[in-house]
Amino acid sequence: MSENKPESGPTVNPRVTWEGCSVLLDINDGDRLVFARLSAGSTLKIGNKTFSLQPLIGCPFGSLFQVESGKEKPYLSRFIPPTEENNVQDEGGCQLQEESRDNRAIIDNNQAQSLTGDDIDAMRREGATGNEIVEALIANSATFDKKTQFSQEKYRLKKQKKYAPRVLLRRPFSRSICEAYFKKYPARIGFLRVDALSLLLSMANVTANSDVLVLDMVGGLVIGAVAERLGGTGSVCNTYLGGKPYPMEIIRMFNFNNEICKRVLRCSVNDLCAVQNETSEQVSQHEDVCTMDSQSDEKISLSVSTEEVHLSYKNGVSDLVPENELSTTGKTCKTPKAGEKAPKEAIQSWKENGFSSLIIAAPEQDAWSLVKDLLPLLTYSAPFAIYHQYLQPLATCMNNLQLEKMAIGLQLSEPWLREYQVLPSRTHPCMQMSGSGGYILSGTRAYSNTSQS
Amino acid sequence: MLLMDSSTKISFNRCIRDGDLVIVYERHTMKAVKVCENSVLQNRFGVFKHSDWIGKPFGSKVFSNKGGFVYLLAPTPELWTLVLSHRTQILYIADISFVIMYLEVVPGCLVLESGTGSGSLTTSFARAVSPMGHVYTFDFHEQRAASAREDFERTGISTLVTVGVRDIQGDGFPDQFSGLADSVFLDLPQPWLAIPSARNMLKQDGTLCSFSPCIEQVQRSCETLRSDFTDIRTFEILLRTYEVREWKMDHSKVNDGNSTACPPRKRRQPSSEASVGDNASSSAVMARPSAETRGHTGYLTFARKCVS
Repeated sequence: MSENKPESGPTVNPRVTWEGCSVLLDINDGDRLVFARLSAGSTLKIGNKTFSLQPLIGCPFGSLFQVESGKEKPYLSRFIPPTEENNVQDEGGCQLQEESRDNRAIIDNNQAQSLTGDDIDAMRREGATGNEIVEALIANSATFDKKTQFSQEKYRLKKQKKYAPRVLLRRPFSRSICEAYFKKYPARIGFLRVDALSLLLSMANVTANSDVLVLDMVGGLVIGAVAERLGGTGSVCNTYLGGKPYPMEIIRMFNFNNEICKRVLRCSVNDLCAVQNETSEQVSQHEDVCTMDSQSDEKISLSVSTEEVHLSYKNGVSDLVPENELSTTGKTCKTPKAGEKAPKEAIQSWKENGFSSLIIAAPEQDAWSLVKDLLPLLTYSAPFAIYHQYLQPLATCMNNLQLEKMAIGLQLSEPWLREYQVLPSRTHPCMQMSGSGGYILSGTRAYSNTSQS
Repeated sequence: MLLMDSSTKISFNRCIRDGDLVIVYERHTMKAVKVCENSVLQNRFGVFKHSDWIGKPFGSKVFSNKGGFVYLLAPTPELWTLVLSHRTQILYIADISFVIMYLEVVPGCLVLESGTGSGSLTTSFARAVSPMGHVYTFDFHEQRAASAREDFERTGISTLVTVGVRDIQGDGFPDQFSGLADSVFLDLPQPWLAIPSARNMLKQDGTLCSFSPCIEQVQRSCETLRSDFTDIRTFEILLRTYEVREWKMDHSKVNDGNSTACPPRKRRQPSSEASVGDNASSSAVMARPSAETRGHTGYLTFARKCVS
């Protein structure tokens, strides 16, 4: 129902799903994250069963769904957790002082549960709900009553995840997209953690009406995040070495409307650096001759590559081969395309005014060689932020920038992020933690008499 | 400060004008100065005439009567955080950037905040919601609210921010915002008292963040959040900075076991680390973590309002 999609103004902040929108499905509270596009035919596999995603269309983001046994087959049904369930933890808190149980007598010999797999299947055939199965398992567990309060909660949660899995409908936003990729395919985004991404956006002062120059070799995640902050104003120039732009498939997860997509443009470094008097023929010759290594293209495209943009320059006019859609369910809605080739007026404007900031996320390239070429495209006093997985290239880059007096306020930082479990009497940092989110070199372009615009 | 229109945007064509706010960058300190044709800036490097600044690009190096120099930078929320006057303890870039990302603040959003404090985070919120959104920020201290209003005028964001004097812990947020807020941010001593009101203000699936220095505050806030919020997560974030130094190695002593760096005069590799203009010896650039670092600012607890 695409009429439901709000298109008021340049903001994209729709809170209800629509047919054709991209969603992030969170299965069992973060255990599994899946990106999907909602349509009548799209499906999701949980365990060995396949569920239609149609019930999710037209629901608010944040809705929870549980597997229910239907007449023909199980389906996903909208589920509102009762408030008592959310207060289980609090009740646990009140009874804490009286907790006298511990696990000294519990022996793990796999014999505590008297229900067999066959029994459970039989229950399912008779139409028992997931929750009923969980209760039955608890009732038939010889050791359940001997467990501590916390242990019982953990047991119940584990059974519920297996027999009554829940699916949370999440809105794809730079935060959730970054977290999902960092968890599932961190290499595809160069191990750019969500806090590092947030720092890039702040340090580069990304805001409405700015013209941001981005060299993104992390699948388009940074471009998407920048476009999100621009909200349909300003522009983001996706630049690249050589003749072929880097893969940008992640940008399609964002549900950007036309207004925002129009602002995402691409232009090669050569075209940006070309002297104004050059004709477009000379520019395209540069494109063919200058083959910087695009091995990173292949690296990033190892996993599902949903988009390949082929460009051929003929007198400055490019012929675009249509992209391949990711969805296996076929196209129901035409998604607007971001990353169109920058028109001459845009390139001219960028040259005249300079970009208002620069972000580089090229975790496998040498930072200094990129910065050397791109910094002169920034206006003076423009901030920049460079992300790298490794410290050394940024240290070298920082040193060179200082020696050449190209920038001031240089800072080389590493973000440190730790999550906490907060529960009554069980508050502590999480056992698992990310070891590194990469490094960021930030600074401001300085003006000196030797600078050339 | 914000690039609301082409006349305020920094660009090659936009130079410093009378009345602009600039950030004066000395080697180790910075301060915000309003450019005034007849004024001067005096510091340990000498006397700087503002009139010398007018007409120069932002990012310029300017000189004093004694030959000392400073840089003049265009203000950004990050620089502002580092120069603003602290009426209260403020949030710094690591927490600020994470909050904005995790609350999913984008242009057009309506954000409620309490307390305003010194306006450090507020300035970044204004940037994030610009140009169509708005930040309503509340502080129970009348004088601080007034100082914040002044700062927002100085930095040019007052069209995006409304400061109210109100005790959010005692009275909650104003009813007029019910169901309209995309995000709520709390930096209060007892945030659990404000959480029920925050719940009423938020849209479905709207985001909330509470910043508290103490873990007991966090525990109590999380207990209160559990009834109407989901996806409750608590983090702490810190920034570790590195110092960089170039160490030139003298290759006249080749066999002393020290020269693991590239051999002398081999500068063919584009990624060579030899410094510019240096031929005789090679050098290595090394980085080490700064000795001084912040240990703790506060815990950030995020949550989403349940969908009914």
